[in-house]
Amino acid sequence: MQPDRHEVQVSVNGSAYRREVESRMLLSDFLRHELLLAGTHVGCEHGVCGACTVLLDGEPIRSCLMLAVQANGHELSTIEGLAQDTGELHPIQQAMHAHHGLQCGYCTPGILMTMMAFLRENPAPSEQEVREALSGNLCRCTGYQNIVDAMLVAAKAMRASVP
Amino acid sequence: MKPAPFKYIKASSVAHALSLKAEYGDDGRFLAGGQSLIPALNFRLARPAVLIDINGLAELEACDCLEGGRLRLGALTRYRTLERNGDLLRACPLFADALPHIAHPQIRNRGTVGGNLSHADPASELPAVTVAMRARMRVKSEAGERELDAADFFVGLLTTDLRPDEMLIDVTLPVQKPRSGGCFLEVARRRGDFALAGCAAVITLDDGSRCTDVRLALCGVGETPVDASGAAAALIGEKGSDKLIDAVATDVQRGIAPAGNVHASPDYQRHLAGVLSARALRKALQRVAHAA
Repeated sequence: MQPDRHEVQVSVNGSAYRREVESRMLLSDFLRHELLLAGTHVGCEHGVCGACTVLLDGEPIRSCLMLAVQANGHELSTIEGLAQDTGELHPIQQAMHAHHGLQCGYCTPGILMTMMAFLRENPAPSEQEVREALSGNLCRCTGYQNIVDAMLVAAKAMRASVP
Repeated sequence: MKPAPFKYIKASSVAHALSLKAEYGDDGRFLAGGQSLIPALNFRLARPAVLIDINGLAELEACDCLEGGRLRLGALTRYRTLERNGDLLRACPLFADALPHIAHPQIRNRGTVGGNLSHADPASELPAVTVAMRARMRVKSEAGERELDAADFFVGLLTTDLRPDEMLIDVTLPVQKPRSGGCFLEVARRRGDFALAGCAAVITLDDGSRCTDVRLALCGVGETPVDASGAAAALIGEKGSDKLIDAVATDVQRGIAPAGNVHASPDYQRHLAGVLSARALRKALQRVAHAA
């Protein structure tokens, strides 16, 4: 069988990319291996762990549960787009750093992309709402408490930074 | 954990998708939200020769009120769209109860009503909800279309009545009648996991608070969603007393044969089915009282 190849044009963090890939390539592998944006992590590859969460047209999705070819014509945001070009961290990253919201950091990109969308929709969440929003992201080392603390602080910082 | 090779075709219309399905039959699979199909591809549990991508077909995204107090959900309606549709949640409180149990926000952003129902996972929430609500499924092939009751749509484990050339187009739900209440409850090991058992209940009362209609359906305790409305029919013509509801729950437990799984023995699932049935019926009754 001839490889079934398709052209994929996407915008990732505001930059346009064009590649030709096999139809069976997952979006997560496309980001990592074709675009060399390896900040998106791959954990379980069947939609359970949330490590590969990215934003598709602003909504968080599992990039291991979508084919790269399906992203053709869409806009993606990944962890690489959060910090400023100067290296200045986004408030959500700053809060994770300050509150020890990560140890090994493997789950962190997926958590931050999930929470970016969540805090945009719900800028002043309760602790319970943060926990509910985090439920689709597994972390095996922090015990979640520090992540929850960091997100509540990040929400406050992000509210303050909105003019 | 990578899918086996397949041919990917993006359908340009429902007619195009149906002609492709007629051509490829069981070798072709529709790709909707992909939240069950792509894991199966990743594990190589599914190895279709052709994937027919139906995403973006506006004909399948309709989500509207029909005449006669019915609501139509196009097959491509995503859970997240429903969660944000206040009118729908008010019209169909069972959906409002069930949606937060469906996996996690990231999955609900992609997963679709039609994909869920066509996948027919017996542990999933929506099949039981559609059976409880007496939903009607509209399915189509190049040869024509037909409609069937939710109860007839689910025929076995991960198996529907869909023929190899057919597609589920939409599902029609009755808007909740006056003097009615609904409730969906489930028990899962963790938030977002598949239910060990779940229960959807809808009750309608007359002006004297006697039950005129009751629907009860369970998920996770059989090879298909289980319609337990027969057991619940003991409530018809009666006021829902605790004693009567407990008797219904016992009857529900007797009528099911859960297979058990790594997380729950058959006895535990049967226990849950009884407890959830009683709780869901009580809650549904309370909601009628509050709505009246």
